[in-house]
Amino acid sequence: MTTQPYRLAEGGIVDRERPLTFSFNGRRLTGFAGDTLASALLANGVHLVGRSFKYHRPRGILTAGTEEPNALVQLETGNRSTPNLKATRVELYDGLVATSVNCWPGVSFDASALIDTAHRMVPAGFYYKTFMWPRGGWHVYEKLIRRMAGMGRAPEGPDPDRYDRVNAHCEVLVVGAGPAGLAAARAAGRSGVRVILADEQPRPGGMLLNVADTKGEPGADWVGDTLSELRSMPNVRVLTRTTVTGYFDHNFLVAVERVTDHLGPDAPAHLPRQRLWRIRAARVVLATGALERPLTFANNDRPGVMLAAAARAYVNAFAALPGRRAVVCTNDDSAYDAALDLHRNGVEIAAIADLRTDPARPAAQAAAAGLNILYGHAVVDTGGRRRVRSAHVAGIGSDGFLKGPVRALQCDLVLMSGGWSPAVHLFSQSGGRLRYDDALGAFLPDRARQRVQCAGAVNGAADTASCILQGQDAGSGDLPAAASAAVAEAGSHWPIPARNRSGEFRRFVDFQNDVTTADIALAVAEGYQSVEHLKRYTTLGMGTEQGKTGNVPGIAVLAGSLGAPLPAVGTTTFRPPYDPVTFGAIAGRDVGPLADPVRETPMHAWHVKAGAVFEDVGQWKRPFYYPLAGETKRDAVVRECLAVRNAVGLMDATTLGKIVVSGRGAVAFLNRVYTNAWDDLEVGRCRYGLMLGEDGMVLDDGVTARLATNQFLMTTTTGNASRVLAWLEEWLQTEWPDLDVYLTSVTEQFATVALAGPKARAVLSGLTSDIDVTTGAFPFMSWRSGHVAGFPARVFRISYSGELAYEISVPAAHGLNLWAALSRQGEDHGITPFGTEAMHVLRAEKGYLMVGQETDGTVTPIDLGMQWILKKRKDYIGRRSLARSAMLDPMRKRLVGLRTEDPDLVLPEGAQILPTAPYGPPETMVGHVTSSYWSGVLRRSVALALVKGGRDRETTTVHVPLDGRTARAEICDPRFYDPDGARLRG
Amino acid sequence: MLLIACPWCGQRDESEFTCGGEAHIQRPPDPDALSDPEWADYLFMRANPKGRHRERWCHTHGCGRWFNVERHTVTHDVLSVYRMGEAPPDDRDGDPS
Ligand SMILES: [Zn+2]
Repeated sequence: MTTQPYRLAEGGIVDRERPLTFSFNGRRLTGFAGDTLASALLANGVHLVGRSFKYHRPRGILTAGTEEPNALVQLETGNRSTPNLKATRVELYDGLVATSVNCWPGVSFDASALIDTAHRMVPAGFYYKTFMWPRGGWHVYEKLIRRMAGMGRAPEGPDPDRYDRVNAHCEVLVVGAGPAGLAAARAAGRSGVRVILADEQPRPGGMLLNVADTKGEPGADWVGDTLSELRSMPNVRVLTRTTVTGYFDHNFLVAVERVTDHLGPDAPAHLPRQRLWRIRAARVVLATGALERPLTFANNDRPGVMLAAAARAYVNAFAALPGRRAVVCTNDDSAYDAALDLHRNGVEIAAIADLRTDPARPAAQAAAAGLNILYGHAVVDTGGRRRVRSAHVAGIGSDGFLKGPVRALQCDLVLMSGGWSPAVHLFSQSGGRLRYDDALGAFLPDRARQRVQCAGAVNGAADTASCILQGQDAGSGDLPAAASAAVAEAGSHWPIPARNRSGEFRRFVDFQNDVTTADIALAVAEGYQSVEHLKRYTTLGMGTEQGKTGNVPGIAVLAGSLGAPLPAVGTTTFRPPYDPVTFGAIAGRDVGPLADPVRETPMHAWHVKAGAVFEDVGQWKRPFYYPLAGETKRDAVVRECLAVRNAVGLMDATTLGKIVVSGRGAVAFLNRVYTNAWDDLEVGRCRYGLMLGEDGMVLDDGVTARLATNQFLMTTTTGNASRVLAWLEEWLQTEWPDLDVYLTSVTEQFATVALAGPKARAVLSGLTSDIDVTTGAFPFMSWRSGHVAGFPARVFRISYSGELAYEISVPAAHGLNLWAALSRQGEDHGITPFGTEAMHVLRAEKGYLMVGQETDGTVTPIDLGMQWILKKRKDYIGRRSLARSAMLDPMRKRLVGLRTEDPDLVLPEGAQILPTAPYGPPETMVGHVTSSYWSGVLRRSVALALVKGGRDRETTTVHVPLDGRTARAEICDPRFYDPDGARLRG
Repeated sequence: MLLIACPWCGQRDESEFTCGGEAHIQRPPDPDALSDPEWADYLFMRANPKGRHRERWCHTHGCGRWFNVERHTVTHDVLSVYRMGEAPPDDRDGDPS
C-alpha cells in the first residue's frame, strides 16, 4: 500500500520494499529507498518547497540535479544541521528531517511575500542604491536583510562529524560517469594506467539513468556491463557521490566525496562523513555533460514549472509523476522525448508549444502519438499561486511579438526547455577558452591550456552513440571524434514576449537570486554593458548554483538589450567551486587540538600542576601567571613581580628562539644582520642585538653569546624564531653564498630557566660548584659553562627584568629536573615562579621594548630612542633606509613613557593620544598607547606609547579618550624603575 | 596548485614552497652611493610581467634551499628551474602561452 499519490506502480530505481519516512516542514511523509528528497516530495504531490531569495515568491522544484536553484533545504537540526542543500541532491534516508530555507514564518504563509507585491521597491542594484545612505546605516539594514533573505541557519554547536583528506595521483582522471565518462574510463583502464572515475551521482550512468530503455541503444545494461568491467580492473578507482569542484593549475583537481551523507545520523562511526580528494592527474577527461536551460516567459517560476529533462528523470528514474496534465514549451528537440515519456506514463500532454516554426527534425513520434504540437508558439504566462494552474499559450510572430489570441490551458505542470548548456565549468576553470556555437546556441570548449580533453555532451555531442565514441577516443588519449550526429538545434528566444506589455509580469533568468529580464534591461539602461559588471550589479549567477541554469539566458537577454551578438557579449568567468563545499571537508582533521601543532616545554607538566594559566605565543604554551587560591590575575601578577623585585623568581624561557651561528664568516654575518658591531665581542661575553628589515624597521631583537671564535648562540623572540631563521637563511643562500656560515636551530635542544631577583646569586651559588658566580668573576652580559644541579649547563648573566638575573640552559631532557632543583633551592629565599605577564610588566617598568608590542613593522630604532645601537660607518641591513630624510623627521611617532594623572588608571593598550582635550571628530591624533600595566613596585600604572615628537614633548600633558571620559597623562622618560640600571649590574 | 621541481628534491606540490618574488635583484654593494630614489627602486620596485618571470622560491617544507624558477605568469607553466648562482637559461624568443 502506498500513500504516495504521484508514485507509479512500477519502474524506476526506487525500492518499493523499503519505504522510508521523513519530515518536510513538519509534515510526515513517506518515500522509498533510492529517492532523492525532491523525488519523494513529488511522489507525494509536494511542489511548493521554498521561497525565493529577494521577493519571497513561492518556488517549486525546477531541476533534478546539482543545478537546482529553488529547492534549498536545511537538513537536520542541532550540531549536524546543514543549510542550503539541494533537495534534488539529498538522498532520502529513514527519519530525515528537512525544512525550507528562505521562508519565515512558513513556506505557505510568508509575511515577506508582501515584498513581491511591492516589488518595484527592489530593482536591480537595490542593495547598492538604497543602503548607501545614511552612512553607518548598513549595520542596521544588514540584519533586516539577512532575516528577510533567509540564508539558512548555521549549526548550533561544533560539528560532531569527522572529515578526511586524501591525496591521489593518477594518469587519467575522468570526471563524470555518463556514457562518455564510462567509455573514457574503460578505454583508459584497459591500457593499464591508473584511472580515477569520479561522478557526483550515487550511481554511475549519467543521463542513461533518466531515459526509458530503448531497444538497440546503449542503456542500463551497457552501464552495468561497463561498470563491472571497470570494477574488475585493479588500476581503476570508481568514486561515486563525488563532485569534482575545482580544477587548478598543473592538473590539480579537488573533489568532495560524500561518504555517509546519504545514511544520515545512522552512518557507521568508522567512516568519515565526507572526504576531500586532492588529485594530481597526468591527463584529465571531462565528461561533465550538459545542463538544460529554462525559458524566460512571464511567471516562469511558479511551482509546477519544471525543466523538461528533469520531469523525464523523475518519471523514468524515480517513478514519480510531477503532474497529471502538462503543457510543454521548447525551442529544442529534447523536450519531445520528455513529453513522450510522460505521455507513456499517463501524463496528459495538453500541448507542445515549439518556438520554432520549422524545426529541422519534426517530432514525428510525438505527432504519431497524437500529441498536440503548436509550431511558432510559446507559453507566454502562467496562472496559479502556490502551484501552476494554467499556461497561457500564444503564437509568436517573426517580429518577436505575439501573434493571434492567447489561449489559457488548464494544467498542473509546465515543462520548459531552452536548449542545453554544456557543463564547461571545469574546462573553463582549467584555463581553457570557450567559443559560442550558433547552431547549438551554447558555449563549447575550445582551446585547452592544460592536458585536458572533453568528451560527450560537454563537447556538444547530442546522442548516446557519439558520447560513447568521444569517450573512447578521449580515454585512449586520442582527439575525440567530431560529434557524428547533428547537434540539438536550439533557437535563441530570450526573452519570450509577455502577453500584456503594460501589465505586471516577471520573467526570471536567475531563479535563486530573483534576477528578471527587467533587471537586466534596467542595468543596461543604467550603463552596465560588460557581462562581469552586470553579474555583480544584478547578482545574476551569484547564488549557490552559480548560474548553472540562468547563465546563457541572462547573457542572451543582455545581448538583446545591447543589440549585440551573443558571442560578442561573452560569458562570465567560471571559478571554483563548481558546487558548494562544506568547511568540514576543507578542514578535514585539522580541527580542535589538531588545527595547529601545540608546543610544550620540558617543564610543562610542572606548570600545569602549579595551576598556571597559559598563554599561546605562536604555537607555544607559555605560563601566563600562576594564580594562588582566590587570587585574581592582577593579584597574582603583582605578587610575582614583587617577588622578582624583592627576592627571586624563576621563569620558563625555553621558548625563546635559539640559533647557533657558526663558521669563519660568523662575525661578518652578525655585523651585517645586526645594527651593532660584533668583532670585539670576546668569547664568554654576550651582547644585545637589534635586527632590522632592509626598510629600516625593527624586525627582532635578542641577546647573542660568543661560544667560540667562530661560533655564536643567537636568541630570538619566541614568536619570531622560525621567521628569523628563515630570514637569515634567505640572506645567506641568495645574497651571500660565499660567506662560510651555518645556521642551526637549537630551540628544542635546550631548556632554559630565567632566575631573576636580588637573591638569584644566592640560589644559583648553592647549586653549582664549578661556576664562580661572584660579580667580578661573572659580570653582567657574560656567560659561563659548568654544572647546575649536577646537569651540564650554560649560564648567561642577562636580564630582561632589570634585576640581577641568570638564564640557565641545560639539555632539554634535564629541564624539568633543573626547574625542580631551583625551586627547592630557592624555597628559603621565597622563590616564586612567574609567567609572561609579570615579565611584560617588569620590562615595561624598565622601559624595555617588546618586539610586536612597541613595534609593528613601522617603527625604526631611532623611533625607539636606540641610536646608541646603530653602527656609524659600516653597512648593515636597513642602514641605508634609516638615512632617508623622512626617517629623521622629529615628528615621527617615538617611544615615550606615559604617567597618568590618576595613578590608579591603567590605560587600555591601543588607546589613541590627543594633544588637547577632545573637541569632536575629526580629532588630531598624535600617537597611541603600546604597553600599559599596573606596577606593584611603583604602586601606580605605567604605560609606554608612541607619540609624535617623542621625548621632545616630555612633561607635556596629553589626553586619552576612553569610554565616556578623557584621561590626562604626562609624557615622561620610559624608564620608570631604576633608570640607571644599578640593580642589574649588582 | 603548481608542481615545482626542486633542484634538490624533485617534483613537489606548491604548498611545500614559499615564493620570494622576483629573482636576480642584487643588493647594491655600496648603498651609500645610491640616491634615495635609487635605493627605493632597489627596495620596493619589482617587475610584474605578463609572461615569463624569473622568481626565487624556497623549498620551505622540504630541504629549505632557495632556487630560481622561471614561470609564465599567465599559464603558470614552470619553464625552467635552476640553482642559486647559476645563470638563467638563455632568453628564448616568443611567448609560450
Ligand atoms: Zn627541496
